[in-house]
Amino acid sequence: MTFFTTIFTFLPDLPAIIIITPLLASLLAAASGLFNRKTPFLIAAAALFISFISSIILIMQVVETGIVIEYRMAGWAAPMGIVYIIDHLSALILLVITSAAFLNFISNRKNIETEFRNKEGAFNSLYLLFTSGLIGMTATGDAFNLYVLMEIASLSGYALIGLGSNRSPLATLNYLFLGTIGATFYLLGVGYLYIATGSLNIADIASIIPTMMNSSIILFAFIICMAGLLIKMAIFPLHGWLPNAYSDCSNVSAGLIAPLTTKVTIYIMIRICLTLFSPEYTFNYLKISEFMVWLAIITIFFGSLSALAQKDYKRMLCYIIIAEVGYMVGGFFLGNRIGISGAILHIVNDAAMTLALFMAAGIFLWKTGEDSRDSLKGMFGKMPFTMAGFTLAALSVVGVPPTCGFFSKWYLISGGIAAGQYMFVAALIFSSLVNAVLFFRILEIAHFEPFKEHNHDHVYHHSHNTLLHHHQDHHDEHYETTKHNGVVKEAPLEMLIPFIAVSIMLVILGLYSGTIVANIIDFVIPAAII
Amino acid sequence: MEQILSFIAAKANYWAYVILLMVGLYAMIVKNNLVKKIVGMVIFQTAVILFYVSIGYKTGGTIPIIIYGDGHNSIIEPAAKAVDYINPLPHVLMLTAIVVGVATLGVALALAIKVYQEYGTLEEDEINKKIRA
Repeated sequence: MTFFTTIFTFLPDLPAIIIITPLLASLLAAASGLFNRKTPFLIAAAALFISFISSIILIMQVVETGIVIEYRMAGWAAPMGIVYIIDHLSALILLVITSAAFLNFISNRKNIETEFRNKEGAFNSLYLLFTSGLIGMTATGDAFNLYVLMEIASLSGYALIGLGSNRSPLATLNYLFLGTIGATFYLLGVGYLYIATGSLNIADIASIIPTMMNSSIILFAFIICMAGLLIKMAIFPLHGWLPNAYSDCSNVSAGLIAPLTTKVTIYIMIRICLTLFSPEYTFNYLKISEFMVWLAIITIFFGSLSALAQKDYKRMLCYIIIAEVGYMVGGFFLGNRIGISGAILHIVNDAAMTLALFMAAGIFLWKTGEDSRDSLKGMFGKMPFTMAGFTLAALSVVGVPPTCGFFSKWYLISGGIAAGQYMFVAALIFSSLVNAVLFFRILEIAHFEPFKEHNHDHVYHHSHNTLLHHHQDHHDEHYETTKHNGVVKEAPLEMLIPFIAVSIMLVILGLYSGTIVANIIDFVIPAAII
Repeated sequence: MEQILSFIAAKANYWAYVILLMVGLYAMIVKNNLVKKIVGMVIFQTAVILFYVSIGYKTGGTIPIIIYGDGHNSIIEPAAKAVDYINPLPHVLMLTAIVVGVATLGVALALAIKVYQEYGTLEEDEINKKIRA
């Protein structure tokens, strides 16, 4: 009884707990890693779990009461203090972030132990820092605080990506250059907003902007903020950093960063366009919708065509991510209710789909030691459950009805038709067809091709480098051929269960997409947008 | 001519930061050496920091330390006038941004060391040659 009363006294502080727990735990994990190799994992898993539970409670509170939670850090009221705002949109994104981070983390315990041997403390600490950065970006109601948390997430993200294969430091350095340009542009934009409005609080700035619509300072601030965010979300001409950075890094990091970074950046873009600058300013005054939708169309075509050209499974996923960025940006800038609903729904769905696909990549790599598509030959017979989950994820990316990918695409296409953007509709359908080709090619190999023997099983165990590829010395004297015999069978349960949970979520998200739109997303979109 | 000069002089801080920003961006895009690119990145960030610091400045303003006390006792002591002081907020923000910049520099240099260990050079064209080979 006392336990529950203690829990309930924490309830009003949940918006702080959800970010402070992983932040403090990251310090604790790093420190405990010096003494013990097992504790960092436990600390990190517990912290992520607490954040996950907090986000569930928060979204239930928000949906049930319909009241926006405004949490004042240290009791200072806005606009002087920093407030954390939990409304329908941020609660939804928080749930996506915390659940994805938690599931990806617990499913990768073995991968972390083998890939980051003796660096568990540091790795888990970075993982938690990255997660808390994303959580903070989502929840904060302060434009400058957003910049700081964006940099926390980015810097720990660079470190996580840089810990990959031999090629990853170079890819990460290029990502760091572009990421820094993006974040600095955003900071510059915030500076101009501060000059014009004298405030850093998002709600406060939003209340001042309508009085100075014609100001060129506001226009410049908008352009430079958006430029920064577009670099960070890897839209077509600014996408160069993404495929190298994401495909060279380790699977644990890819499973965390790939589903979340671009989506949270798109969320920030939506937040800035809808909450900070009003929809009136973004859609009616600026008239940039046409341009942004065209940018999105080019991104979709480019991403899909490049994905077709890839032989490596993870690189293919990276180009699909770029195409999906086009879906969401385009859907948002359609400027009508259905399109924006589709874009927000697709943030959730795409995070789940990408998470499932990267978890699958993690399992395949763990089992076969290879990244190429051909390594999946005959996998259906060997790993039926993993392949079933993978099939669901693939169907979802293609957009087959019971899975969630279909529903967000349906909203996006309806929005495109309502806005008269037929080229966008064509791009979406084209991209779905390409995805169908891509994934059915894999499913065909996995189903009908004879199984290829792998001698790479558990090759990770014996690597003392950060990561290894097939050219590693397989005749390492420690290689436990007696134990594994190169036989590939189903993935270990602790990897399989989170993966299957995510795959089933893809169907549940699809079946309940109407509920999600009616109960959450409808409250997000201002009434002014039809 | 005089008009142009006075126009430039009136907005000197903006000119300075834009020039620095462009110098940094130029180095990041054009330079072949990774460390030079990193230096460009630092210049780029510093430009924005200087921009923030300059917007807090006020001609004739002084540092925001209230000499007369805290202003609560306004019957005895005259209340502090905001006009007399420069705006400290942008400066405080930049303390955070400087920390972020230092952290970014640290991560970038660590990655550059890793790149050097892998390829034995920091020149991008040589690295690309080695990757293709």
